[in-house]
Amino acid sequence: MRKAFNQELFKIAKKDPKVFMVLADIGYGEIEDFAENFPSRFINCGVAEQNMTGVACGIAMEGNTAITYSIANFPTLRCLEQVRNDVCYHDANVKIVIIGGGMAYGPLGISHHSTEDLAIMRALPNLVVLAPCDISEARAATHAMMAYKGPVYYRCGYKGELDIHDSEIGFEIGKAITVKDGSDATVIFTGTIGYNCKLAVEQLEKEGINCRLISMHTIKPIDKEAIVKAAKETGAIITVEEHNIMGGLGGAVAEVLMDAGVGNIKFKRMALPDVNVSKIGSQEWLRDQYGLGVKDIIIELKGVLL
Amino acid sequence: MNKEEIICCKELANNVRKDCLRMVNRGKSGHIGSMLSIADILSVLYTKILNVSAGEPRKEDRDRFIVSKGHGGAAVFATLAEKGYFPLEWLKTYYLDNGKLSGHISHHIPGVEFSTGSLGHGMPVACGMAMAAKQAENTHRIFCLVSDGDCNAGSTWEAIMLAGQHGWDNLVMIVDYNRLQALGKSEDVINLEPLDKKLELFGWAVRKGDGHSIDDIEQCLSNLPETQGKPTAIIFRTIKGKGVSFMENDFNWHYGGLTDELLEKALKEVEVSS
Repeated sequence: MRKAFNQELFKIAKKDPKVFMVLADIGYGEIEDFAENFPSRFINCGVAEQNMTGVACGIAMEGNTAITYSIANFPTLRCLEQVRNDVCYHDANVKIVIIGGGMAYGPLGISHHSTEDLAIMRALPNLVVLAPCDISEARAATHAMMAYKGPVYYRCGYKGELDIHDSEIGFEIGKAITVKDGSDATVIFTGTIGYNCKLAVEQLEKEGINCRLISMHTIKPIDKEAIVKAAKETGAIITVEEHNIMGGLGGAVAEVLMDAGVGNIKFKRMALPDVNVSKIGSQEWLRDQYGLGVKDIIIELKGVLL
Repeated sequence: MNKEEIICCKELANNVRKDCLRMVNRGKSGHIGSMLSIADILSVLYTKILNVSAGEPRKEDRDRFIVSKGHGGAAVFATLAEKGYFPLEWLKTYYLDNGKLSGHISHHIPGVEFSTGSLGHGMPVACGMAMAAKQAENTHRIFCLVSDGDCNAGSTWEAIMLAGQHGWDNLVMIVDYNRLQALGKSEDVINLEPLDKKLELFGWAVRKGDGHSIDDIEQCLSNLPETQGKPTAIIFRTIKGKGVSFMENDFNWHYGGLTDELLEKALKEVEVSS
């Protein structure tokens, strides 16, 4: 997915001379095309994420679009105050891109996981929060983000993601995509964990259970209409995210349901438990370990349908 | 600078000092020492140095001026008001409920480039603006005013290293070097000395001057950059609380409040020196 993002960004930067890339010494093997073709719009700030974010903000304040880009939590947590005070408060046209959302860098350990980002970033005023689920969403989200004026957080996957969408998608910030319609229950997911959701829903289909599958690629502003509609039409919602259970997609969906007065449905949040992810292994293995495997989703879906 | 201009700058600085004293007293706020420390620098900047205009505060070719020591923002508000960027009446609302002016500098106010408040934010943003100006081949300059406390922040040094690396000579860092910070003397907290040599080693050209001498300030801020291909740092030795004897060089006036009685005493001292 990171390759798809960089390919689309390159295309956009080729046409738009106001697109800058601001790095903190991360991006090996992916950012070279940008650096070589647009050297005056590229800067590596060294291992200094606070500076990276401030520099990007300064560039954006001059009428440009600046991308900050690094691994997992580096462009968010290390420099959260710069994101909040400089970027969001000034409504600066900075796009904060992380590679390896969730536990994509599994064996590297907790320092390279991004598992609290959705909760933290969605609490920042002025910030749009995106988490595309597969390559086609990643490409479309890149164009939507770059066309949008203002700060955006983009939670990118890593590599080798399998397709969730099997047809052309229409991508609009704040408008969820229904991957598959259904009436028995709804699975709302965000990001690349959606693939496990797809497999679970397909398995249940074979057993005669007809689930709706929704990709909530925009966590903020969240698509309230799609959530309320799913609640009213299917009566059961499960949210699935590769993120701490506190305050992410599940929390956001629950807020919408309660505020809309449709909280009286079957509802379950599937997410990482509120613990440090200290086990070491591949993303797939870790998902299984922490209750986000395909079989876990099937069990929970059957549970709410009982 | 001729005599008349010097008198004009001194008068502005003293008006700003009086404005700040009244604002801090009315708002029951702190940071007066930090404001008085930069009044003379601000006066020269806005009178003689910065290409800015009260009538067109967002004009494209303006020099960018970022005040990283946002807690001294009231002195900038006062300078801008005295220069006609907005009504002087606004100063009376500083720090008050539904007031126009906040305790830290805000870009919502005409003439203010950037909001700060947490130290260490100004220099990285100034670097971004310097890079963008170079890329667009614009000739405006970027000034950033930092404090001793700012120079404790790692992010300030990240930016200093980057600017030295890239030789952004359109960038000027002004250090309000009063050598006091919130909890004591800088040398007892984080000794910055020798600041000039450190900056030179990081690729900067350095000037030094007296931050309360109008002549010195003007000379240091003129004919920039000091060296082509290098960012310029200007270290102004200043006195925290300058102009009010019982505040000068006393770090307690970083936070100290100003009673009505002390306000009158302070105003008299500033008046006498006018």
